Amino acid sequence: MRDGQPIAKEPGGGDLVRRHRLSTRLWHWLNVVALTVMLMSGLMIFNAHPRLYWGEYGADPDRPWLEIVADDKDRGVLRLGSLAVETTGLLGVWSDGEGRVRRRAFPGWATIPAGYDLAAARLWHFAFAWVLAFGLLCYLLWSLANGHIRRDLHIDAAEWRPAHIWHDVKQHARLRFPTGAAALRYNVLQKLAYAAVLFVLLPLAIVTGLAMSPGMDAAWPWLTELWGGRQSARSLHFIAAFALVGFVIVHLVMVVLAGPFNEVRAMVTGRYRLPGERGR
Amino acid sequence: MITRRGLLGAGAGGLLLSGCDRPSVRSLLESAAGLHEDSQRLIAGKQALAREFPESAMSPQFRVNGSREVADSGYRAHLAEGFSRWRLAVDGLVRRPLALPLAYLMALPQREQITRHDCVEGWSAIGKWQGPQLSRVLDLAGLLPEARYIVFHCADRFGTAPYYESIDLVDAFHPQTILAWRMNGQPLPLVHGAPLRLRVERQLGYKQAKFVMRIEARTSLAGLYGGKGGYWEDAGDYQWYAGI
Repeated sequence: MRDGQPIAKEPGGGDLVRRHRLSTRLWHWLNVVALTVMLMSGLMIFNAHPRLYWGEYGADPDRPWLEIVADDKDRGVLRLGSLAVETTGLLGVWSDGEGRVRRRAFPGWATIPAGYDLAAARLWHFAFAWVLAFGLLCYLLWSLANGHIRRDLHIDAAEWRPAHIWHDVKQHARLRFPTGAAALRYNVLQKLAYAAVLFVLLPLAIVTGLAMSPGMDAAWPWLTELWGGRQSARSLHFIAAFALVGFVIVHLVMVVLAGPFNEVRAMVTGRYRLPGERGR
Repeated sequence: MITRRGLLGAGAGGLLLSGCDRPSVRSLLESAAGLHEDSQRLIAGKQALAREFPESAMSPQFRVNGSREVADSGYRAHLAEGFSRWRLAVDGLVRRPLALPLAYLMALPQREQITRHDCVEGWSAIGKWQGPQLSRVLDLAGLLPEARYIVFHCADRFGTAPYYESIDLVDAFHPQTILAWRMNGQPLPLVHGAPLRLRVERQLGYKQAKFVMRIEARTSLAGLYGGKGGYWEDAGDYQWYAGI
């Protein structure tokens, strides 16, 4: 318990407390599987046409804003607008498990299946799309009903204050994480990150994915028009996927920094040991 | 706890590594594919139209894909004659088998549509297509009640396998399903499937059969080539329903 603060029965550093609800834990581990399959099968689908465009149409005669290809000197190249980065060994040109040189955008270790197979990648991608989309829908509805969103993710006026956000940024930069009872609550950067994933990135990935389907385009034309066309939707789908990859990387780094055993235990069993006061 | 995480990891990893090699995994994934057709048909209804575009939205250059030409000598003779003696065969489960000259197809009421062609690989091109609706040709032939699928037999081959495609009657009688003999204001070029190409606008590019020689009405797709209803469905395991 902190000195001078009237927190009568609040748990303090060192206590084992309930942290994550069952719904959060189930959804978390379901997403570990679903997002992994979606990303890796998606990279294989990208390999079928490793170019991204803006607008409604876009094919080989048109100008991409991003492409990952083998150039005329057989080097792997990532081109972003007028910028070109050599990526031989990682992207564009790489060697497979048997040492054979492959000329595809993403390497076999990053794709499902490992060898080029667009039909199989589509089967994986579209089957797990149901898991991802309905998992998200159920979790959002459940979290609305049980108060998780209101209680744990809602950012109040005090937290929106730039000074408060800046304070949190500085604390993160110094790797000083909340301790004791303060660690029970998400801090504002956590809330922003989780809200971005829940309400922006996952829905964006799902909706832009649907927008690429010619059948959906006939059913709900506004869904594709909203993004400025099928190729824009495909570009945004790719951007959303890599923003999610970025989130996962930061998320994993934070788990490691905050104490991986305690954090993973909390996400498996729901029980979390509150970190003690600094200096103890 | 670590064990549980380890188990989860191993389970997910095993699932991923086994890929589609395991028949049980594959059939599970394919059962999800069946959901796509049902759910899209439910959402779109039978008559929802693919979006049509103004001329200003057309691709400056429409990417050529699949066969660019046909080796078959009979086809090449027709090509040399400008398809003046060529006939489209319409047969199978029909009351009146037909052999329609190109001039006849041109003289039927026409539909012109500027639509987006979406390849399974991810690219798109917008072009203008013109031709009679397939429904008119099918009505001329008169489908028998047991007809369930319309098969398009093509002149081009991949190796020894002839290209073919098939659609069900929902798409066959859809107003935008046309037999295009004209593209971007010109007679259909050889590379795009002269003299006749199917346009079934709510599905992906591999359904848009080029070099169509014969239309056959059937009860089932079983027993025809690989039995999956199309060249890519047989050879590459693409899904027969290509609305996604």
